[in-house]
Amino acid sequence: MNGFGYLRPGSVQEAVEAHAAQPGARYLAGGTNLVDLLKLGVERPALLIDIGRLPLNGIQELPDGSLRVGATVRNSDLAADPRVRERWPALSQALLAGASAQLRNAATTGGNLLQRTRCPYFQDLDKPCNKREPGSGCGARDGVHRDHAVLGHSPQCIATHPSDMAVALAALDAQVELYGTDGTRRLPVADFHRLPGEHPERDTWIRPGELITGVLLPAATAGAPSAYRKARDRASYAFALASVAVLLRVADGVVDQVGVAFGGLAHRPWRARHTELALLGAPATPAAFEGAVALELAHAEPLRDNAYKVSLARNLALDVLNRLAPAPAVA
Amino acid sequence: MTGTTGTTGTALGAPAERREGRQKVTGAARYAAEYTLPGRVHAWPVPAAVTRGRVTAVDTSAALALPGVLAVLTPFDAPRLAEPEDGTLAVLQNPDVPHRGWCVALAVAETLETARAAARTVRVTYATAPHDTGPVEGHPGGYEPQEAGGQPGRVEHGDPEAAYAAAEVRVDVTYRVPPLHNHPMEPHASTAHWDGDRLTAYTSSQGGTTVRSVLAQLFRLPEERITVVAEHVGGGFGSKGTPRPDVVLAALAARHTGRPVTVAYPRRYLPTVVGHRAPTVQRLRLGAHPDGRLTALLHDVTTQTSRVKEFVEYAGVVSRVMYATPNLRSVHHVVPLDVPTPSWMRAPGESPGMYALESAMDELADALGVDPVELRVRNEPEREPGSGKPFSSRHVVECLREGARRFGWTGRDPRPGVRREGPLLIGTGVAAATYPVQVAPSTATAEARPDGTFVIRVNAADIGTGARTVLAQIAADALGVPLERVRTEVGHSDLPPAPLAGGSMGTASWGWAVHEACTRLAAHPEEGPTVRADTTGTADAESPYARHAFGAHFAEVAVDTVTGEVRVCRLLGVFAAGRILNARTARSQFTGAMVMGLGMALTEHSTLDPAFGDFPEADLASYHVPVHADVPGIEADWIDEHDTHLNPMGSKGIGEIGIVGTAAALGNAVHHATGIRFRTLPLTPDRILAGLLSEG
Repeated sequence: MNGFGYLRPGSVQEAVEAHAAQPGARYLAGGTNLVDLLKLGVERPALLIDIGRLPLNGIQELPDGSLRVGATVRNSDLAADPRVRERWPALSQALLAGASAQLRNAATTGGNLLQRTRCPYFQDLDKPCNKREPGSGCGARDGVHRDHAVLGHSPQCIATHPSDMAVALAALDAQVELYGTDGTRRLPVADFHRLPGEHPERDTWIRPGELITGVLLPAATAGAPSAYRKARDRASYAFALASVAVLLRVADGVVDQVGVAFGGLAHRPWRARHTELALLGAPATPAAFEGAVALELAHAEPLRDNAYKVSLARNLALDVLNRLAPAPAVA
Repeated sequence: MTGTTGTTGTALGAPAERREGRQKVTGAARYAAEYTLPGRVHAWPVPAAVTRGRVTAVDTSAALALPGVLAVLTPFDAPRLAEPEDGTLAVLQNPDVPHRGWCVALAVAETLETARAAARTVRVTYATAPHDTGPVEGHPGGYEPQEAGGQPGRVEHGDPEAAYAAAEVRVDVTYRVPPLHNHPMEPHASTAHWDGDRLTAYTSSQGGTTVRSVLAQLFRLPEERITVVAEHVGGGFGSKGTPRPDVVLAALAARHTGRPVTVAYPRRYLPTVVGHRAPTVQRLRLGAHPDGRLTALLHDVTTQTSRVKEFVEYAGVVSRVMYATPNLRSVHHVVPLDVPTPSWMRAPGESPGMYALESAMDELADALGVDPVELRVRNEPEREPGSGKPFSSRHVVECLREGARRFGWTGRDPRPGVRREGPLLIGTGVAAATYPVQVAPSTATAEARPDGTFVIRVNAADIGTGARTVLAQIAADALGVPLERVRTEVGHSDLPPAPLAGGSMGTASWGWAVHEACTRLAAHPEEGPTVRADTTGTADAESPYARHAFGAHFAEVAVDTVTGEVRVCRLLGVFAAGRILNARTARSQFTGAMVMGLGMALTEHSTLDPAFGDFPEADLASYHVPVHADVPGIEADWIDEHDTHLNPMGSKGIGEIGIVGTAAALGNAVHHATGIRFRTLPLTPDRILAGLLSEG
């Protein structure tokens, strides 16, 4: 069988040093995706570094009102956290829309961000896939791609990022905290994942050796109205055909703060900057929402069989924006 | 156990609990891959990575170099078999690759993990050939098969084309059902063991007797030297109705290595090698008088098969059963392609056929302005339209009426697309169901033990249906003893031979022999202690009657106009299936099949990849079987039928009828909700949303 080393480090420092020293090492936490990929032969790491017992499983409120979520906090625990439910409801909703109860009990915050695409060509060693095997081609482009990307894809790759959680985090301006041999740095979740470009084998901007130690939910978005909505083929345990996370604060009928991110449309959670720019300072009206969402989706480049995603994403975004907007004041 | 204590003569029909339930939920029940015989090793198949061609070389050196690898069987060196009747079992016998996923090598190793790693190390070289994966519509390679599901491929009465052309009201519609997969929880798995020239196979099968006879033929052995054990089977839904490559591969590998070998076919490899519901394109033409009476019914089915063997998804057969019409045509066309071989999936033929027919009937009801329940009642035939035979019993109208009453159908506003609750459109739909009564000869023994208990022996397969339990009930009733005094032994080929659990005929076939043995033992104890019955010549006697179970399905759905998601609010099935022998397990069969029909209507589909010739939906995350959240209020009930033309128990099969009308009822409800006809399954958000947007 494929041998691999297994290490249970005693500290974060030990973990990142081991990772940096061993090319092709993988961190193991909940294992809900990685173990599948090991069985499929898609992942063949020389070393598994089990971070499951590192002290990264707490949720801490920081003095500035932000919330620091440890990397190994389970999805179900994060979804149930009263602070998250109250102040960043889109995140709780997104987590509960993901996977199944059993998977959410095992899957972690960091692992959720680093999960791989579920593109069937990526998972099948007998088929071409530039993400799995750079230069081998893309089986999905001419194959079955109803579930694939409509935004930001490249000739090399049309895969989508499967996470629900990351979509909410992107809309809520959350940050990923990374610890590496060079110390700690932070990246906005919205910029953490890459577009495929010519290197679809790289999902994120994480550097070799770096470990996700946590996610920061900023005070700036705490308490703002937010929501997540997902469309899928069955009522549970299905990836998003399209989804949207929206944060919307309206003052005096005018959009004061806005964050919109789409899931299921691209190689990363798709922060809808064009929509946000158009809405910020604009009246919070259905017409304004419609125009702003259209601006973003005008960039879509649907494939042969997935044009429906554009209409679906539009409907989802408008539904959530209109729901979050306060009813117009009676004159 | 509660509810199982049948006093004399009352066990039958009682909601007796599944006898092996506790074993199953505690993990004590052993399945085929769990026979950890001494020295048992594992095998992992290598699937063909081309769509059509020939294996030119297999490099096994790297695999054989791995510690713990015993052997790699290839088409060039695997033990030779006699040529099977079922071409899908000719594994590793020649280098031809008829479709992607076909087994081209088998790695055998001490552990499952080593076998898997070894299989990945095997290097197969192919000479590829151009492939043809369809589509079937307009394909020049199509032909009209002689037979479809054991019946004539074509039945034609009157002058259907002319009658249709002359009809006052006409509906001409085409429905499409995609490939669907059975995906039972337990994969296809077998453990084989040779002891000299004796073969024992533990296998997950719906019919161990057939497995034994097929292995005997393939390995050129007398049947008495083969033992086949299928004690517990974790579902099959038709895909385990015939022996599958796992049992042949396990036996080949065990012979080659001299060790007991387990082949548990990996989930991802199942879709190409264990059958699937073949996709169908069905054109329905209904001609009618303004009062709704049909003048013509034309049902044209186009489907596909592989080049390995002909399997015809016999969707047109239902039109020979359901409605009175002077002019009838039911015909099949099949196109052989370089694709995996289709096979039985729960109510093969009836399920896709009734989806199309019952959807078309709904369209006709719409065109006529007649209530859909009423339209069906008006077309009730006196005799079976296809054969002219009288029905042994037919209570489809009663099912429709009773269902309508319970569902609250009366007073339904027929206008489509007008019931809005916020973003939701609400609708209701109805469809009828039919499934034939099938029965095959079986043997069984009944033994009176000195302690006053009885043992019933029959090589039946309990695939999760409760066969053990219901056979004990049949025996207890025939013997006139309490249920707890009867023990049943099934799932072992040393037991009296019996037909498979398929075609909804298991209980009728086995039960007939059990009933006969027990009745004789009760009447003539002196023939005991063991009485053997064989129903050959009686169970398979030609019946002068058309024998079918019938039913009616009612559905209510909510269609989300934002997302195109269809969510089921209510599902009701009312069935007329002879005497119901166990109220508990019968209800479970009905509702389970209805859930499967819900999946067919709304969530399940496999997509034949035109470039690669297989199905990308290869695991349970991507092949969307309904989950609990998809199934809200679901209810099944039945009408008691007293039919003396069936078998001594008076029962009809119940394993499949529950799926038959479900998809059409849901589809009709979606039309009622939205005002749009969607004629391609499944009704997933992409399709619904596109429809709503183009209409809106």
